Amino acid sequence: MSKSQVKQKEAAGEAEAQRPIVNDFTLVVATVNGSGSQTSNLALVRAFFRMGIPVCGKNLFPSNIQGLPTWYTIRVNAKGYTANKLKADLLVAMNMATFRDDLQDLKQGGVCFYDDRLAEPADRPDVIFYPIPLRDLVNEADPPKQLREYVANMAYVGVLTEILQIDNEEIRSALDTHFGGRETSVALNMKMIDLAASWARDNLPKRDPYRVERMPRDEEHLLVDGNTAAALGAIYGGVTVASWYPITPASSLAETLEYYLPHLRSDPETGKATYAVVQAEDELAAIGMAVGAGWVGARAMTSTSGPGISLMSEFAGLAFIAEIPIVIWDVQRMGPSTGLPTRTSQGDVLILRFLSHGDTRHTLLIPAAPHECFEFGWRAFDLAERFQTPVFVLSDLDLGMNQWVSKPFQYPDVDMDRGKVLSAEDLEKLGDFGRYRDIDGDGIAPRTLPGTDHPLAAFFTRGTGHDERAIYSEKAQDWDANIERLWRKLENVRDALPAPVVQRMDHADVGIIAFGSTDPAILEAREYLSDEGLATDYLRIRAIPFSETVEDFIQEHEVVYVVEMNTDGQMHQLLQLEWPALATKLVSLTKNNGVPLDADWTFEAVRSAEEQRHER
Amino acid sequence: MAACYELSIQPENVIKISGIGCSSKSPTYFMGRSHGFNAVHGRMPSIATGASIANRSLKTIGVSGDGDTASIGIGQFIHLMRRNVPMVYIIENNGVYGLTKGQFSATADQGQKLKKMGVNPFMPIDLCMEALIANCGFVARSFAGDPKQVKELLKSALNFQGTAVLDIISPCVTFNNRDESTKSYSWGIEHEYPLHDVTWVPSYDEIEMEIEPGEIVEVELHNKSRLVLKKLEHNHDTSDRLAAMQLLEETCCAEILATGLIYLNQNQETFQSVENLVDKPLARLQQDALRPSKEALEEIMADFR
Ligand SMILES: Cc1ncc(C[n+]2csc(CCOP(=O)(O)OP(=O)(O)O)c2C)c(N)n1
Ligand code: SF4
Repeated sequence: MSKSQVKQKEAAGEAEAQRPIVNDFTLVVATVNGSGSQTSNLALVRAFFRMGIPVCGKNLFPSNIQGLPTWYTIRVNAKGYTANKLKADLLVAMNMATFRDDLQDLKQGGVCFYDDRLAEPADRPDVIFYPIPLRDLVNEADPPKQLREYVANMAYVGVLTEILQIDNEEIRSALDTHFGGRETSVALNMKMIDLAASWARDNLPKRDPYRVERMPRDEEHLLVDGNTAAALGAIYGGVTVASWYPITPASSLAETLEYYLPHLRSDPETGKATYAVVQAEDELAAIGMAVGAGWVGARAMTSTSGPGISLMSEFAGLAFIAEIPIVIWDVQRMGPSTGLPTRTSQGDVLILRFLSHGDTRHTLLIPAAPHECFEFGWRAFDLAERFQTPVFVLSDLDLGMNQWVSKPFQYPDVDMDRGKVLSAEDLEKLGDFGRYRDIDGDGIAPRTLPGTDHPLAAFFTRGTGHDERAIYSEKAQDWDANIERLWRKLENVRDALPAPVVQRMDHADVGIIAFGSTDPAILEAREYLSDEGLATDYLRIRAIPFSETVEDFIQEHEVVYVVEMNTDGQMHQLLQLEWPALATKLVSLTKNNGVPLDADWTFEAVRSAEEQRHER
Repeated sequence: MAACYELSIQPENVIKISGIGCSSKSPTYFMGRSHGFNAVHGRMPSIATGASIANRSLKTIGVSGDGDTASIGIGQFIHLMRRNVPMVYIIENNGVYGLTKGQFSATADQGQKLKKMGVNPFMPIDLCMEALIANCGFVARSFAGDPKQVKELLKSALNFQGTAVLDIISPCVTFNNRDESTKSYSWGIEHEYPLHDVTWVPSYDEIEMEIEPGEIVEVELHNKSRLVLKKLEHNHDTSDRLAAMQLLEETCCAEILATGLIYLNQNQETFQSVENLVDKPLARLQQDALRPSKEALEEIMADFR
């Protein structure tokens, strides 16, 4: 027996002594970008999902096409905690270049499956190693030459299936879904999987405690990414013009529109499109087209990420002051500048709230899960048209591009709100029309759409100062009157927005405020804190301007931690601006390095902040 | 605007859009019963693209300046033509930035002097040449000192079904009207060289002109109206793109302001037809056409289970 084998034996002995760990682990697959491991990883995630086990699949990919390391993290957790974990329990090491580093991120006593061509490192005697003779297994399966590398990824799926006791039928059904029922593709991959599984059965005695077990499954739940949900939400919101310019991580949102629209929104008789999706020449044009379309009365949107948002700022101000409805999705990535283009962040809160020069106050919706992406996807249009203003939806790479278990999408329960639009008959009855005249006292002045067949209908839309008839004016009183009305209108937006979600524990003096994709990490951290005797209440912001509920929540607690993934605590700053009298109650906790928030960090951040507070 | 009146285009069905500049203010001064949109500097084409795709029944007239089009907006200008968005795109070309008080624009002559700026060292951009390169199907140049031609070209452009570019040399009397400037009034008067005598004829009119055979070229536009080009000294073939480029090159070298229809190609698909849109304007579609069924959503969700 070699030294390392002895060590392994010892480690294995320890593991055997442990109780089995069922449906609770984090698995990292380390590969090389472009090697086609995505199919394998998705098959695993889907199989877990179909076994009824809460799961999340996160792809950590480099900003290049091929050849750089890529990690896919799968977390299964019976309690439903599927936030990111910094240390993995299981590692599938397929990338020679990162093997040593990857091992560093494996927790003490973890498990490592590796391509047996990689040299087993001697410095982790605690790890249970499972070498896989990848080349031999692929040779045996003998796939067509051009598919060898691709099929090779199925070998680790097979070994995992055996070692973790994944239901083989669920793997097959996952591949069936992936390949849209193409039996030859399924068969080819299953051949590799079965072969590897049977090899593992004969050659890899189980020495680790991890396995999965079927759970009662909620048949309603979905496994889906946020961008897909967003696109479907927009379609059910009746999007008619969507203009966009490719950018990670937002591209798949527009691409999903292109995928579903022909099927869902073609005229049944003529087969012609009731929508237009335009790939613009840049983000200036993308938002310009949306503004043009929104002005004319279409449900118009664009989707982008940070660099695109920066370019869109001038038009955002025009749409705001000229009161043109548009919807803008910002799937955030790490900035400033090109930053970390394939890593997640929540760094666009402040820029979106105030995007453009002069005074602007934009309306933001902030979903935290795919089902909310769907809901806000359609609601955004109602809000934009009702309040005649740009509505931003703030997603991020983690939510947008990764696989989440989601509640089902709820079919819109209200009719579309097309806002105050005057027809020719309305104009006839009114006998007079001023585009920016507040008739109802709510600050929302009815508009007319170009093409309305009435001599009173026309007005001139402009970013320059205007009176209530939309006529150019530099008069101070006209400017004041318009801004007074506009700000009154924006006050009314507040109550029409999705309310915050509040979750409480008994006798909690400590509050946590967060938003967006950090939700699972916060929920999990709260349990750890509660285990330590610290009860917390949690408010999740879902829209800006803030609801009064947020103010009450801050009032009610001795201290409120605002947890977010940006460096300067942008939401924290906004809350302080809104309620300066409460500012000292708010404590900012931030983490911003491109990695999705995890519960351990959050737990520790709150715990130590509390410790400090009580020392004072 | 006389042209629209003569064409009996209903003003309610017209949108007038522009960027920013003195020129871009012109839409405020005509057709008060049409919706207008003074957008942001150089980005009028994207507004036009969005508006015209959202309501295909609108007639779009864009007015821009040479700064608005040839400098800040050159990208959007090119892409507008690339998509062949149906609209008339008028450039009031004066070779300077009027509104910001007299800086050089990208169409200013090389070697030209301006009070504030000194001598312009750079070659000008020829917007008609850019339009030709971008495969624009209607390229015309005219001169503000020749209102009759402007009007006939405008009427023709309004009856063209794709992007029609009309580059009108329009002197800025405040900042760029010295005799030696190719954008000045006097230079235009002296150097204008009409390629032909343009007349637009509605479909129902007979042509009443005394003409010798071979002297005129008649082109039928899509809506059956006709463009009649009466030959002058020069024999310019408006269907020949290469000849059009050559003409621009030669007349520029010879310091001649060639005006008239430079190029016409009616065989290009418009943006709306490429997008295969329903006939009813997208902006007028209501919930019944826009919100797919609950069953369809259930089917889609089944794929995620
Ligand atoms: C983004 C931006 N940059 C600069 C300006 C300032 N600006 C207004 S008009 C103009 C130039 C207009 O020139 P041109 O299009 O030739 O029109 P003209 O006034 O000569 O008719 C400039 C630079 C602006 N409005 N927006
Ligand atoms: S003359 Fe020149 S400065 Fe005056 S309005 Fe015309 S373009 Fe502007």
